[in-house]
Amino acid sequence: MHIIRKVLFRKGHLLLLLVVALVAVACGPSGTPAAPGAIRPATSGSVSLNGAGATFPFPLYSKWFDEYAKLTGTRINYQSIGSGGGIQQVTQRTVDFGASDAPMTDEQLAAVKGGMLHIPTVLGAVVVVYNLPNVPSGLKLAPGTVSGIFLGEITKWSDQRIVSDNPDLKLPDQAIAVVHRSDGSGTTNIFTDYLSTVSAAWKSKVGKSTSVNWPVGIGGKGNEGVAGQVKQTPGSIGYVELAYATQNKLPYAFIKNKAGKFVEPTLEATSAAASAVQIPDDLRFSMVDPAGEGSYPIAGATWILVYQEQTDQAKGKALADFLTWALTSGEGMAKDLQYAPLPQTLLSRAQGKVKSITYQGQPLAP
Amino acid sequence: METVENTTRPPRSILGSVRSLNPGDLAFRVIVVLFAITILILMGLMVLQMTVFAWPSILRFGFGFVSGTTWNPVTAEFGALPFIYGTIVSSILALLIAGPIGLGIAVYLSELCPNLLRTPLSFLVELLAAIPSVVYGLWGIFVLAPILRNWVEPALGGTLGFLPFFHGPAYGVGMLAAGLILAIMILPTIAAISRDVIRAVPDTQREAMLALGATRWEVIGRAVVPYARSGIMGAVILGLGRALGETMAVTMVIGNRPDISASLFAPAYSMASIIANEFSEATYDLYLAAIIEVGLLLLAVTVLLNAGGRLLVWGVARAPGGRRGE
Repeated sequence: MHIIRKVLFRKGHLLLLLVVALVAVACGPSGTPAAPGAIRPATSGSVSLNGAGATFPFPLYSKWFDEYAKLTGTRINYQSIGSGGGIQQVTQRTVDFGASDAPMTDEQLAAVKGGMLHIPTVLGAVVVVYNLPNVPSGLKLAPGTVSGIFLGEITKWSDQRIVSDNPDLKLPDQAIAVVHRSDGSGTTNIFTDYLSTVSAAWKSKVGKSTSVNWPVGIGGKGNEGVAGQVKQTPGSIGYVELAYATQNKLPYAFIKNKAGKFVEPTLEATSAAASAVQIPDDLRFSMVDPAGEGSYPIAGATWILVYQEQTDQAKGKALADFLTWALTSGEGMAKDLQYAPLPQTLLSRAQGKVKSITYQGQPLAP
Repeated sequence: METVENTTRPPRSILGSVRSLNPGDLAFRVIVVLFAITILILMGLMVLQMTVFAWPSILRFGFGFVSGTTWNPVTAEFGALPFIYGTIVSSILALLIAGPIGLGIAVYLSELCPNLLRTPLSFLVELLAAIPSVVYGLWGIFVLAPILRNWVEPALGGTLGFLPFFHGPAYGVGMLAAGLILAIMILPTIAAISRDVIRAVPDTQREAMLALGATRWEVIGRAVVPYARSGIMGAVILGLGRALGETMAVTMVIGNRPDISASLFAPAYSMASIIANEFSEATYDLYLAAIIEVGLLLLAVTVLLNAGGRLLVWGVARAPGGRRGE
């Protein structure tokens, strides 16, 4: 030990070691070789983008960002802080793009300087899950029944309205324990949008938003909180994203759509619902309770929010390239993760929107 | 007239007596005082910043915010009374459960425990404090809530159902679950500090009691614990402080329903929970301001309860039977 101290740890030696280390780091392989004085070319790798927003599409976006980085080297960081947070960040221009399960309102759009484009990426179904020990699957619910339960008007499973929806099921005389989301979320937005559309009483009493004043029920935190609560409480009913229902093996209800059919919440039924909706030019739309025999009525899209006019050419080009890739190759990865891909007509319109992203007036996408 | 004093005292400044200080000592003293003042400045800035952000809500609702019971983000009506109720009731419930048990643990560890077991048991009790809040929350949802829903709450409802505290359906989650989880979380704080305080009671007190012919329990109950009274209350207040601010564990088991109900089975909502739940999705300015005002209220409640507790400790310490002259 003494010899080590004498030889290695003398001041001069330490200094030499430090200098060698610094030189090694400086001369090592660096990220982007930039010609001195030149503007970094737009198609070089190692551009990094920052985004923030919705938690619902986070699993899919993570996969997209990962695959895209392997393909092109563009690194995209995404913080899933919630749709509201995403909209705030994008309004304050602290991120390169945002993501939201609810389209921005006119007031929110007015607060952003310059235009904001809504690019829909995938669709998600919100399913009504329940826990009835002697009904392992196949519960059917009409819109009026769903709104009655969540308004607190229907309090027992043996209620006439539920029985008339399910004539061949034996329903227990048990109190219904309603579970909803305690945190603000896009899932709640879609669900309350549906309830407001099918029930005038709900619309006037509660309304639709990412966070509402629920008439009855206990709140679980996150989709996982609601799923956990429903799984544990016999006689409970709640709403979660489709992926959480399938992963937790929770039975879900077939909901009666506008055409009168009880539809199972599948990815195909969700995509069918989007095809049946009239979508305006700016691609902000709601797709609850649409027409169509095979449409699942409680679903919504999720959007990526990009600035119409980009301020950084390299980043803007990288973002446009990524979105083009996502809307072609990325859509193929959606089904594996329980997201419904966009129907073809909507997909083409979304791709058209991506082509309209500009930098200094010139479109960026090929 | 000449004064009789031969030294004039310099005025006491915030730096203490600065006479005959060499520059190094003076610099040191200035730096240390600066550190102390920094805490106060930070606190002040925090309160100021929060008030500034909460101003739209304070202006709009005034005192109605503290007395209102509706929390409706859609119609922009915000009232924080259910949260204040939930926070205070769950914390007091936790204290009622953890206080006596913590004191019991402290008495056992300091007076009755065999020497060999003392260190491992103390270590285990303090380990409870190291468990993260989220883990308590998960345990609460998956273990405690089912136990409460299937066994404890039906039993309580069946036997003591005539009391208004045990009405309503048994969800499992609710005020009782939150109180229990908080009690477990503050138990190590109360137990560890009380144990140290009791051990610090001088042996002369115990010996004097024994000399008067007291039994072991009389020694503990009449000499040791009353002597350590102010320290034990300090421990309880520290526990209360922790219970008031606890967020994740409470959010996961309290049921998240902004209702005021006398029943312990009913779901409730605490101030920390509403902030954790709704802050990131607050979509408009008044909503955000209302949530920040809830934060300000939480700060106010914490300060008030802590100040009240300290006054209690001070009062107890000055009473005869406690420490004299302190």
